[in-house]
Amino acid sequence: MTVLVEARHLTKVFGGGLFSRTHTRALVDFSLRVDADPPSITAIVGESGSGKTTLARLLLGAIAPTSGEVLYQGKTLPSMSSAERRAFRRDVQVIFQDPYDAYNPFYKVDHVLAKPIANFGLARTPSEARLLIEEVLEAVGLRPAETLGRYPHQLSGGQRQRVMVARALLPKPRLIIADEPVSMVDASLRATILGSLRKLNREFGISVLYITHDLTTAYQISQNIIVMYGGLVSEAGDVELVVRQPKHPYTQLLIGSIPSPNPKHRWMTRGAADASAKASTDGSCRFAARCPSAMPRCWEKHPPLFQPDEHRVVACYLHETEPTTMTATAMDEVFVR
Amino acid sequence: MTAERSTVLDVQDLRVYYHTRAGPIKAVDGVSFTLAQSERLGLVGESGSGKSTTGLAILRLIKPPGNIESGQIRLAGVDVMGLSEPAMRRTRLGAIALVAQGAMNSLNPVMRVGDQIIDALIDHGVQASRKALLERVASLFERVGLSRRDMGRFPHELSGGMKQRVCIALAISLRPKVIVADEPTSALDVVVQRQVMDTLADVQADLGAAVILIGHDMGLMAQFVDRLGVMYAGELVEVSPMDAVYEEPLHPYTRLLIACLPSLEQKGVFAGIPGLPPSLLSPPTGCPFNPRCPHVMDRCRVERPVLKQAQRGRWVACHLYDGDGHHDGAG
Repeated sequence: MTVLVEARHLTKVFGGGLFSRTHTRALVDFSLRVDADPPSITAIVGESGSGKTTLARLLLGAIAPTSGEVLYQGKTLPSMSSAERRAFRRDVQVIFQDPYDAYNPFYKVDHVLAKPIANFGLARTPSEARLLIEEVLEAVGLRPAETLGRYPHQLSGGQRQRVMVARALLPKPRLIIADEPVSMVDASLRATILGSLRKLNREFGISVLYITHDLTTAYQISQNIIVMYGGLVSEAGDVELVVRQPKHPYTQLLIGSIPSPNPKHRWMTRGAADASAKASTDGSCRFAARCPSAMPRCWEKHPPLFQPDEHRVVACYLHETEPTTMTATAMDEVFVR
Repeated sequence: MTAERSTVLDVQDLRVYYHTRAGPIKAVDGVSFTLAQSERLGLVGESGSGKSTTGLAILRLIKPPGNIESGQIRLAGVDVMGLSEPAMRRTRLGAIALVAQGAMNSLNPVMRVGDQIIDALIDHGVQASRKALLERVASLFERVGLSRRDMGRFPHELSGGMKQRVCIALAISLRPKVIVADEPTSALDVVVQRQVMDTLADVQADLGAAVILIGHDMGLMAQFVDRLGVMYAGELVEVSPMDAVYEEPLHPYTRLLIACLPSLEQKGVFAGIPGLPPSLLSPPTGCPFNPRCPHVMDRCRVERPVLKQAQRGRWVACHLYDGDGHHDGAG
């Protein structure tokens, strides 16, 4: 088990300064280790404002944390030499939400694939580059002849997003951070793109951090899941446990809100929680204002992570009596491998 | 199954083309369906299948280069296509209302949300004192689960779910007979989505209005609609009661669509529908689904199937169901 990327007590506060009343704690004390071996798929799930995209940007080094650090192969991002940073940029790739925004409409799609080859010196000759491009396109189920030489607007949304997956695959990365990769494509293409991600994981040994608001696809693709609310982890661990027998009231609410395509499985009873209530911020449990089981102590201090099962942690006082009490540093220790 | 209820909307052979330099794009190509009073009908399909265009066409909101080429739309007995533009303006909101995709972003950012509804009421000929109008909007707000206080707020002071409820309040302000909801929750989180759909269900039951829900989330459809229409390449390929569609989809496309749904009930294999939706500029001859269909026959490549009743209350456009004694038309 080698740790590839590690987040240590990451906190990100936006705003502050002149109007210090308006600062937002987007992510609070988040720790996670992502292993390269064995390659894993971990889902990070939360609604808007849960801190999941902030986490992705911190892990990529796109923004600096307010406190805490991100380590790549044991070195913090700011302390890396330029060669090490280059290796980091090659080994950790990202796929963004919007397959429309990522392209320059004036260039053919070939450009978006040729760029990383030039940047990282992945090929010595044009024919070698061409071979490499064809290889990655085929890996994501696209026919090179039908894809290359076209402009972005000539491809469908699903094809564009798969070209993005192919691009991420080019430098043979060890970790792909996929931030809502399927939220803008149709249901039938969703399956195809998630299928390519899983293929990358199984056949190329690439670990995937799958960031989404969609619990259903997270369940389908990942082994472990982290459910976030208001910048904090509410529940994490084996996806089978967390999704099938959720313990945190927020996870239960999320799962109960998903409309089942089977008309016989009716939606849970209505009015279970008031979503218009904002996440509480002043030191109380972030979910307290919406929680049907909130107790007086929930308003005093945000609960730490308790471990009710071997493969799950949950930040809720309802589960305080469970055997072990753990700290956030070791959240990933309960993950299934 | 809706025989005992009277028909409120009757759409026959609707065709909407977008005229481009390369030729007409047949976004909606011969769609027929009826909607019963207080019925909930879903329209699903991939992007580009024509579901939103169908919804907009019913309100005559197609803008150039789009054009309604042909078709009949009867709304509560009124020939919508024959209405003058001023009469159509009154019909919109008055008899048929739209909750558009991303409707919450259509609110005027510099105007209090309550005033925006009052404006719409005045614009549609409602004559009342300011006090009476305020009272009317307050009751609309309460009906969609907002508080009277929210009337004085600006859009940026409301969450996405609240804004969407303002749009629903606006849509029901003149008690329309039909509400067209085009992906009303596509930008919202699941918990909020649930609440907005509950609101829509409540006001619908309250008004006795019929709803056409347009979207691609089969889960949302299953939980909301009575009957489902499946669109493919500008055509309705299947119209059936929701329970029946899920239990036993008839059209091969519907079958694949349901098979590729991820669920929380079991971890499946990822199988998208192979191939791509056809170009609407030059659709394949015969059945538009034939290049992707696992049951394709020679006939499918030459002859376009029409929507026919295959079982009681179930309509499908597929040669697999061409047998004996079926009638033309749509349920």
